[in-house]
Amino acid sequence: MSSTRDCDDGEMSALRAPILPGTTPNGALLVVEGLTTEIQRRRGVFPAVDHVSFALQPSEILGVVGESGCGKTMTALSITRLLPAAASVTEGRVLLEQRDLMALSDREMRRVRGRDIAMVFQEPMTSLDPSFTIGYQMIETVTAHGAGSKSEAKARAVEMLERVGIPRAASRLDDYPHQFSGGMRQRVMIATALLLQPKVLIADEPTTALDVTIQAQILDLLRSLRDELGMSVILITHNLGVVHEIADRVAVMYAGEVVETGTVASIFADPRHPYTQGLLSSMPDLTPPGDRLPVIVGRVPELTSLPPACRFAPRCPNRIAACDASHPDLETIDERRELRCYNPKPFAQRPV
Amino acid sequence: MSVESSAATTRSPSPSDPSEPLLVVRGLGKRFAVERTFFGRPTSWLSAVDAVDLDVRQGETLALVGESGCGKSTLARLILGLIPASEGTITFEGLDVRAAKGAELRRFRRRAQLVFQDPYGSLDPRMKVDAIVAEGMAREQTTKEQRRARVLELLDLVELAPDAVDRFPHEFSGGQRQRISIARALAVAPTFLIADEPVSALDVSVQSRMLNLLSDLQERLNLTYLFISHDMSVVRHVADRVAVMYLGKIVEQATAAEIFENPLHPYTQALLSSVPTLTRRRFTKRIVLEGDVPSAIDPPQACRFASRCFRVIDHCRVEVPPLEGIAGNSAHRVACFNYEPIGADADEGRGSSGDDG
Repeated sequence: MSSTRDCDDGEMSALRAPILPGTTPNGALLVVEGLTTEIQRRRGVFPAVDHVSFALQPSEILGVVGESGCGKTMTALSITRLLPAAASVTEGRVLLEQRDLMALSDREMRRVRGRDIAMVFQEPMTSLDPSFTIGYQMIETVTAHGAGSKSEAKARAVEMLERVGIPRAASRLDDYPHQFSGGMRQRVMIATALLLQPKVLIADEPTTALDVTIQAQILDLLRSLRDELGMSVILITHNLGVVHEIADRVAVMYAGEVVETGTVASIFADPRHPYTQGLLSSMPDLTPPGDRLPVIVGRVPELTSLPPACRFAPRCPNRIAACDASHPDLETIDERRELRCYNPKPFAQRPV
Repeated sequence: MSVESSAATTRSPSPSDPSEPLLVVRGLGKRFAVERTFFGRPTSWLSAVDAVDLDVRQGETLALVGESGCGKSTLARLILGLIPASEGTITFEGLDVRAAKGAELRRFRRRAQLVFQDPYGSLDPRMKVDAIVAEGMAREQTTKEQRRARVLELLDLVELAPDAVDRFPHEFSGGQRQRISIARALAVAPTFLIADEPVSALDVSVQSRMLNLLSDLQERLNLTYLFISHDMSVVRHVADRVAVMYLGKIVEQATAAEIFENPLHPYTQALLSSVPTLTRRRFTKRIVLEGDVPSAIDPPQACRFASRCFRVIDHCRVEVPPLEGIAGNSAHRVACFNYEPIGADADEGRGSSGDDG
């Protein structure tokens, strides 16, 4: 796998392509199966991520959307095995090209991180060490993986900084993180994540702290990196607009579960799950200015007191007896589309 | 409801004339000294707000939009006198706010209130909701029972359950805390509310309820809003008029419909094209601005947007463009020497339907 590492960026996607097909079922690059992550709280153990399954195809941008506390970040941290001490994966597999990441030793996992899967967090200031220059941090990333000499690492760092649009990249290697603006720091983070040319980039709210004009730059960057490097991206966000603009497929999460998946076109034109429908209609974009916005009644349930059957039932406009009787499964309803609902109804509000 | 009636009774009859702006801001500026000589004489200035003119009319929602560091929050605090202005005038219901003292100033501070962005940082964690909401009205309400009754009314108004009174802020979610801070602001029966990013810390489903609440309150209490936001989708939904700020200056001002349908300043155009929405066609060409917002320290005496502008001409680097009404519509004002409506080529994305997903 690592033999494709040292190629130049131009040929990279061409060189990587042959190793991808057929390595996992359906040609998927990353398969998450029944992933369950539990959090230890004072009153017991609770599932923050509950039997989450999805597949990521090569060169695909998968948007994972949901509101605070739905488990989207915990899913990412579970995949990369960067969970806080109070949380642990108790069930499920994460297959990266048929290797189960959950079965790897810590040492093996450290080699996977950065090399095969890289992660970019929402707040770049906390992920960069303020006491080292960005050059030092980037070069260390390469040398620690034994992916090149110091001078090679430096050349690659400059190249990646240039690629993400940092002007005068070579001269900025000696700058400290605080000398960059928020947007520039996020670019540095992305450049660092790309140093080892990972197959999968997990970006957790990468633009949420940024201004819209900078957000537009970063989204364009992610898309062009996918196009040029053939990288797959898991984009975790609460912003449906962002997903609509750059993702290929969407997984909607609610209370630790995936409730609906599908292509961006199908989810936005024809959302089936009442929660997805509620989220979409809450967006001011779809309601004429000044009119009342549709709302989802009630509140997101606490992890500690999840509804026994369907977790969305107490807030659901389509609730029927079955919803309180048993837990609905995530079922395939048509080609590449999954839904967890006993009583789906057509979306009343036509997207603009 | 008596909250409404008390709001109505404390409102003086004079400003109810709809043609008269509630708030008139002229030439307002704020500079902060960033470097001084040994003897304390400033040698370098950060110009946070520069020569801002703004009218806010009775009962309207004026949205102030712009990106972080553009000076919109500083402008809000200048208007309320929370930080002293360097220059300019602020007139509220005929009162010269910068010169006001004593009872007049106290009255102004009741009638103009601020709701903060961060519902976590702006509520004292050691005070119960009862005390938080009642804090401002201590002077007016005589007995404990009256105060308590008023707090319950206010909580009802912001759609919080009565049992909230004896709880602490940490027991509430973000959206509920924002309701508490709104109740606190309404406790002194204001007529003018400055809401500084009131929904940006909230999830979409909570945000939509908060926007509905703000709109209900406006109607019921006849409030005037200055709504500060960076979220153009939210602004489009709530605003009657919009003022766009860039690096301390207002660069464009018009009715909301006009700003969204016919943005003229290159910065407004870029801002709108950057916003990810559900209504724009995917992968259409955006105006992506190069670089970051430059520093507001010692800005050039010219157009402050020139360094990132895609329509820049030589003149932009020589003179400050005045904020002037456009031909045929004096209410649509633009500060640009070289503006042009978005042409058919750049307009392809707008108003597309859901057929593309």
